[in-house]
Amino acid sequence: MSVLSQILRRGSILPPPPTHHDGDSGGGSSSAFPISKGYLATWILMTAVTMLFAGLSSAYIVLRGVPEWQNITVPRLVWANTLILFASSIAIEFARSAVRKDQLDAVRQWLSVSGILGFGFLVSQLLVWRQLVNAGVYLSTTIHSSFFYVLTGAHALHLAGGLIGLVVVLRRAFTNGMTARDHEPLRVWALYWHFMDVIWIYCFLLLLLA
Amino acid sequence: MTDTHGHHHEGEHDHPKLGFWRKYVFSTDHKVIGIQYLITAMSMAIIGGTLSLLMRLQLGWPHGSFRFLANLMPKAFDSQGHMNADFYLSLVTMHGTIMVFFLFTAVLTGGFGNFLIPLQIGARDMAFPFLNALSYWIFLASCIVIFSALLVEGGAPLGGWTSYAPLSALPDAGPGQGTGMTLWISAIALFTASGLMGGLNYITTILTMRTKGLSMMRLPLTQWSLLITAVLGLLAFPVLLAAAILLVFDRTGGTSFFIPGGIVLGNKLIEHTGGHPLLWQHLFWFFGHPEVYIVILPAMGIASDILATFCRKPIFSYKMMVYAMVAISGLSFIVWGHHMFVSGMSPFLGSVFTITTLLIAVPSAVKTFNWLGTIWGARIRFTSPALFSIGFVSLFVSGGLSGIFLGTSAADIQMQDTYFVVAHFHLVMAIAPLFAAYGGLYFWFPKMFGRMMNETLGKIHFWASFVGVYCVFFPMHVLGIGGQMRRIYDPLNYEFLQPQQVLNVFISVSAFFLAAAQILFLVNFFSSIWAGKRVLVNNPWQATTLEWETPCPTGHGNFGPELPVVHRWAFDYSAPGAKEDFVPQTAPAVPARQL
Amino acid sequence: MADGKGLGRITTSGLAFGALMAILIVISLWLFVAQPWWFPTLASVHGAEIDSVFNAVLIVTGIAFVVTQALLGYFVARYGSAGNEKADYWHDNPKGEFLLLTGTALILVVLVFMGQRVWIKYYFTKSPEDAVTVQVTAQQFMWNFHYPGADGKFGRTDLRLVTPTNLIGLDEKDEASKDDIVTAGEMHVPMNKPVVVRLRSKDVIHSFHLPFQRVKQDAVPGLAIEVSFTPNLAGAYEIACAELCGAQHYKMKGSITVDPSEADFDSWLKAKLSERTGD
Repeated sequence: MSVLSQILRRGSILPPPPTHHDGDSGGGSSSAFPISKGYLATWILMTAVTMLFAGLSSAYIVLRGVPEWQNITVPRLVWANTLILFASSIAIEFARSAVRKDQLDAVRQWLSVSGILGFGFLVSQLLVWRQLVNAGVYLSTTIHSSFFYVLTGAHALHLAGGLIGLVVVLRRAFTNGMTARDHEPLRVWALYWHFMDVIWIYCFLLLLLA
Repeated sequence: MTDTHGHHHEGEHDHPKLGFWRKYVFSTDHKVIGIQYLITAMSMAIIGGTLSLLMRLQLGWPHGSFRFLANLMPKAFDSQGHMNADFYLSLVTMHGTIMVFFLFTAVLTGGFGNFLIPLQIGARDMAFPFLNALSYWIFLASCIVIFSALLVEGGAPLGGWTSYAPLSALPDAGPGQGTGMTLWISAIALFTASGLMGGLNYITTILTMRTKGLSMMRLPLTQWSLLITAVLGLLAFPVLLAAAILLVFDRTGGTSFFIPGGIVLGNKLIEHTGGHPLLWQHLFWFFGHPEVYIVILPAMGIASDILATFCRKPIFSYKMMVYAMVAISGLSFIVWGHHMFVSGMSPFLGSVFTITTLLIAVPSAVKTFNWLGTIWGARIRFTSPALFSIGFVSLFVSGGLSGIFLGTSAADIQMQDTYFVVAHFHLVMAIAPLFAAYGGLYFWFPKMFGRMMNETLGKIHFWASFVGVYCVFFPMHVLGIGGQMRRIYDPLNYEFLQPQQVLNVFISVSAFFLAAAQILFLVNFFSSIWAGKRVLVNNPWQATTLEWETPCPTGHGNFGPELPVVHRWAFDYSAPGAKEDFVPQTAPAVPARQL
Repeated sequence: MADGKGLGRITTSGLAFGALMAILIVISLWLFVAQPWWFPTLASVHGAEIDSVFNAVLIVTGIAFVVTQALLGYFVARYGSAGNEKADYWHDNPKGEFLLLTGTALILVVLVFMGQRVWIKYYFTKSPEDAVTVQVTAQQFMWNFHYPGADGKFGRTDLRLVTPTNLIGLDEKDEASKDDIVTAGEMHVPMNKPVVVRLRSKDVIHSFHLPFQRVKQDAVPGLAIEVSFTPNLAGAYEIACAELCGAQHYKMKGSITVDPSEADFDSWLKAKLSERTGD
């Protein structure tokens, strides 16, 4: 057995410890972790954000049952917003396949499209709120409207955070910092952005199916 | 790796020498950040502790006239020197808030977590050092915000650290519910952000940056506890944030998440309607119960490791200790209703929560048996850290057992909101972790500062504190049985409480004695940083874990040119056949005859 | 070095700790067995069962407390070292652990059953028809009591009718209100008859606590919660608020008088009715 494979298997080229070191059940396995730091950190962040929305939506579900509940009419513009958001995610996937072929020009284009669409989503959300206000539906009008503003507002804030992340990714793309082999920032950011889609669908369904 | 071409060794950084500010203040070095957390948390402890002394002054002598204090804080006292009732309640609220979040969570997770994680796993720093530094500065900001709540015009909030709605949702429901409450909520939000950044770092670092040979089951229990705690924080704190967001909107946005219809203030029906009055409690305690385990788990980990070190004996049943911590943390999410047995929550749910709550007692019991098993057959070296970790075990037993009364819903009917509860959570969530933290501070002081704390002062600190905490908190069980309610400004207002007032006096006097003992610690800690006995060896305690491979104090980059390689678990104390009574984790595995 | 088996050295620190554990045990026995201060006098029927659940837990946890603290004290006293001695490397006993774990779980299961019997009885037993019903409306910082009077029907209340002299918003136009009794801060109940309390709150969460009768239930705005008990000891007792409700929370005291006979109770009701209607 080669020295290298011994080290990899047992963490040592020396023979295994004598049996009376019986407390050590750890073995000498290497501590390589299958997920990259950035990816793991993003999953952790996503977990926390999920719990935030879980808290908010459990409050929604509880309050859905009160006798004073009154539905509001959700502006139809939200459907368009949903499409815009999905489109921005699809753009990311085009960017991803481009980076895999080292086509940095295409990467920059698609990422920019995604960013513009994302920003467009935020603007459109503001329009939705404007429409509600014009219809006399404010934060405090009914419980349904309160949650509409809170949930879509929380989502929008997190999306805005994602746009700030996009700036970092774009900088890498524009300074040739990405290759087919290593495009970690893009992978990480794409994960977060798609997650924003999931959160949006969740909130959207919750609010619509009231 | 060494290199014959004169390349820089790993670990030596290729940056210009850092100035004072970058090195000691705005550092991204986890050790500096950890010490910053520790010192900030200690400052918050002094504030929170002072608040509790003021509380004890009032409870010991409810009709007392405190002219000296009245001159210092004229708004808090009336013209005869009596403390105002709303000031008392703001003391209660701020004491609890500061201690739970800004002391205990900060010192154990922020302080020890930051300092120890890279060191004990053989890494040079955290996964995201800049984010780490940011987490500290946001934590500091949250401390400043919560402190400012004490100073505002309308007074600090007075709804308890639990801040139940609708009281906390209605600014008109009383003093302290105005700006002070808003600042409280903001501080909590900032703290949550800081905690999330920290937790992100801890989980990523422990999972991905362990040095070669350090498998999960070779980690010290301190590391396991910090990892599990970080996961708990991740899952629990955002729910508190959600509740806080809804509360802010109820207070300022006209919403009615927590405010039901039919509320009359000032003889007028208010306009809110539709909220659910128990929703706040459910959200808060869904966070609140895991929070108490966020405090106790690192304490358990630290105390276990220190106990093993000074018993010169492996921790008893390491695997079960790990599994027990995992079980406790999982179960912690399904017990929250035991805070709500008489809240109006469905009694059926109450039964469910009784069962889950008593379930969680089982892994806690397992850990207690294992600590006893560690000491059985030990050879204890009675140093300050050793004494504090032994004291931890006694305090955890005392505090944990009273939880069984409270988890049994039928018994809880009489005990809920009494001093029995106060006794329980102080012993198990405040004092036991405090002792573990003290143990940790005495223990890792040489690693942090290259000097030892004074042992004699340390021992006096221990004995005085150990007696003091029992004198303060043990009688509270009896006060609660006798019926004294929580958050009562003047117990003498109730005739049935008057016969046991002597207990309040005893507790208050003991509290001042206990506080004096902590001054010993502060003097010791700060003077030893500059004038303590210098430590000239890496491993003054003869411990096995990786941080003891580094010099005292540990330098930037932690380890030398090569990262350590781990060959065994963290508990080879008194291993048979070994020359010394400990074998470091890095000692290669060799045939028995060579040891 | 020796293999670590056998007893260690007795040290001053170890002995001191052991002594403290002994003192702790003695003091806890004094406090919890001799009971120099203890529960308020028991004054209700179900209260006896609540107290017995408490006592059962006390015995179990008391034994656990004494045994654990004593063992801790003994081990610390007995297993000191002078410096470099080796301890016993023994650190596993799966069978022992399993026994202790299952033993603990079993004891806790028994406690759960004992407690749940009482809990379920308390909450799920229907009150008898002849119970005395009182509507208790909590507010900052007092207790309001509303009795249905001779017709057995509660007059309508509407919070929009609340005034400083009509704190519960009693609708005087309702026929059923004519004979209702409304008091502030004081309630009476007859001894040995079941009482049903319907709890409400006008503002924030309060908690209706009768320390002597072992009753505690939060009064929650937006909810009407029923709790029942049977007082079996005559006398005047205090009502406490057991949920922080604002700055004057400590002042939210009430009084409950358990009248020795129904006749006494009825005459109190009559007196209160004439006060209200001015006869």
